[in-house]
Amino acid sequence: MTAQDHVAVAVGRYRADPCYLVQIVREAQAALGWISRQSAVEIAGLLHIPVTEVDAVVQFYSFFYDRPRGKYRVLFSDNITDRMAGSFELFQRMLDHFGVKPGEASGDDLVSVDLTACTGMCDHGAALLVNNIAIPSLTPARIDQIIGLIEAHAPVYSWPAELFRIEDNIRRTETLIRAPYERGTGLDAAIARGRAGMQDEIKRAALRGRGGAGFPTATKLDGARNAPGVEKYIVCNADEGEPGTFKDRVLLTSFAPRVLEGMAIAGYAAGATRGFVYLRGEYEYLRAPLQREIDEMYATRRLGTSIRGAAGFDFDIEIHMGAGGYICGEGTAQIESLEGKPGRPRVKPPSMVIRGYKGRPTIVDNVETLAHLTEIAVEGGASFARRGTRASTGTKLLSVSGDCELPGIYEYEFGVTIARVLKDCGAPSPIAVQVGGASGVLVTPDEFSRRIAFEDVSTAGAFMVFGRERDMFEVARNFAHFFAHESCGFCTPCRVGTTVQKNLMDKIAAGRGSRYEINDLMRLADFMRKTAHCGLGETAGNSVRDTWNKFRPVFERRLVAHDFAPEVDLDAALEPARRVAHRDDGAAHVAAEV
Amino acid sequence: MSDPTFNIDELPVPFKPGQTILEAAKAAGVFVPHLCHHPDLKPHGGCKLCTVVVNGRTQSACTYKAAAGQEVDVDTPELDAMRRSLVQMLFIEGNHFCPGCEKSGNCELQALGYEYEMMSPHFVEFFPNREIDASHPDAMIERNRCILCERCVRASRDLDKKNVFGIAGRGGKATLVVNSPSGKLVDSDFAVTDHAARVCPVGAILIKRVGFERPIGERAYDRAPMSAEVEVCEIPESGS
Repeated sequence: MTAQDHVAVAVGRYRADPCYLVQIVREAQAALGWISRQSAVEIAGLLHIPVTEVDAVVQFYSFFYDRPRGKYRVLFSDNITDRMAGSFELFQRMLDHFGVKPGEASGDDLVSVDLTACTGMCDHGAALLVNNIAIPSLTPARIDQIIGLIEAHAPVYSWPAELFRIEDNIRRTETLIRAPYERGTGLDAAIARGRAGMQDEIKRAALRGRGGAGFPTATKLDGARNAPGVEKYIVCNADEGEPGTFKDRVLLTSFAPRVLEGMAIAGYAAGATRGFVYLRGEYEYLRAPLQREIDEMYATRRLGTSIRGAAGFDFDIEIHMGAGGYICGEGTAQIESLEGKPGRPRVKPPSMVIRGYKGRPTIVDNVETLAHLTEIAVEGGASFARRGTRASTGTKLLSVSGDCELPGIYEYEFGVTIARVLKDCGAPSPIAVQVGGASGVLVTPDEFSRRIAFEDVSTAGAFMVFGRERDMFEVARNFAHFFAHESCGFCTPCRVGTTVQKNLMDKIAAGRGSRYEINDLMRLADFMRKTAHCGLGETAGNSVRDTWNKFRPVFERRLVAHDFAPEVDLDAALEPARRVAHRDDGAAHVAAEV
Repeated sequence: MSDPTFNIDELPVPFKPGQTILEAAKAAGVFVPHLCHHPDLKPHGGCKLCTVVVNGRTQSACTYKAAAGQEVDVDTPELDAMRRSLVQMLFIEGNHFCPGCEKSGNCELQALGYEYEMMSPHFVEFFPNREIDASHPDAMIERNRCILCERCVRASRDLDKKNVFGIAGRGGKATLVVNSPSGKLVDSDFAVTDHAARVCPVGAILIKRVGFERPIGERAYDRAPMSAEVEVCEIPESGS
């Protein structure tokens, strides 16, 4: 098949619907390795859209390439927990072996090696993606094995299964993940309660969104149900991109029926009949098993029309793949992505409950929130609400990683103290915990009595532990790089501000920072919080601010003594002149400032 | 029946239902700074210059609807400092060397720099090296001056019905792209008579051979500051 044929097949599979542009580009690239100018023009032609829209998609998502990146495209996960597990040395090892620079294809067009944002394998040590398929638990020996397979031109599907083995690492359970879910029980219970009954139970449960914001789920469902329109949508937000979180990976691996039935129950309560699972590109390996589960649900009347024989209970689910973009976890950005566009958050209002996917009422809910709906259907809202605290009912999954003996998934009732989690995961004396990922809160030992709950430390579940030997400055710098990489570029304060923040942190890391840079960083954090368009920009300065407030010495020992160090290194700036003049004596250098 | 009102800096301002804060303020002669906003185009909300405080929370005046009884702060030292930072960020993100730019004096970014007393860039310049497209016989694109306001994108799509422009690239890599197989302006449907040719607030899209018809010193913002709300195209031929 020619490149043109591959493009035509990808477009045809999605009936030449521009709403599927992200999926079309993904499929075309899976066949071609990258999207050439010619392919972009062909896609645009077949879809009757401007080629600028194809450019916008190809250049927005991290996993799409408009230049050749080799037959094997290796991306090392670059969360701080990966770094703590030695990922950067492993990354360097592979770069050195192939003699390539980050992101550049090797001369024989065999391989490219680069970094990517957290891939959700933080409980497995360092991890990478090869052609979008995850390989965790990296060691030098594993890297050498992968290098060997690449040099042997072995197709990725033929690589030893052992390389791709990913454990659930469930360490503690309460109600949601204690026992395997018995398929159909949630649906049957919901149908027995009827639509109005199910709505009441969700209200009584006081269920709040598990993605971090904690919005009351019943209010969303009511909003969509009461919004005008016939076609309404439920989106399962499986784009867990917050560095340090991986609980949705485990739910989708071992509790997929719970999640998918939860979507149908949400549809039942909200009067929505179509669902999307927005699955992050990093979880490509979960796509096929999820699709098999969906197929089985259709076969057993747990999806489709008249679900479980209940007339009028119709619900369909399809999977939509992401392609690398933290911002697509934001609800309106996710809807943009579902519509085949770059994931840029929309202007609010209107709320997506009123005008979401294709301008129709849409509910975007976290994977974990939807899974809880099966619990509520079975046991009723009052019973559910007895767990947790008054303002935060039910249980919460935490993704524990970093410096602890037992990284993995921990389920607790809301209200558990941070100290308790640390005890359970085997972290006797950490210096800090980052709760809620890069955009979350840095918690120090004097605050370990604080509780995981919407009214205290609110989190989507990331819980990264830092031991005594860790340099908290490097943690903050890693997050600063993350935000600069993930800013969508729509608004000025975040697009420019995150890069300014990254550059300031790099300047301090290089030993050229002063009190001036600190002041600028603090002003910047406040400025982004007040002016940014969405939560990404609003929270992008949190980690740097928290680290300065709580770990001042790690900054101070890097600062030069004086109030200000110029951006320009005068001595380094003279280097070209020294080269031209063929001299390197003392008089050709600028003496260090005193 | 009289229009409902809301308050800007404690003074009542009437509005028509459906109007944004920016539109109502403009109709009442109250200056709210803006850059990506253009009266003939759909609101965008990206530049954030029009950030105001509505009932204690920051909002974009160009997209936020006016409502009866709202308390809106526009002219406060804190907001002015934010706007100055935003203007500085737009300056350092691109290459804006006013003395060498033919847009000088008609440039809205420059005018806002004066408006908010920007005496230095403050942040360290990025000094990008973006592609210049001089392929078209009648106009050129200087991407190093583009501030990603998407006025040309919206004008071409919504007014000209041509879709000549788009934005591609994430975050700091975002850049103006052209709808043609080669990506060059000359191969697109662009015409110098398009609305899109005339809405650029900075010197990123320039019409060729007219740059210095009006000498520097006699241009829109040489005569009156931006807060006087004089549209560039409405400047009378003789000075006031």
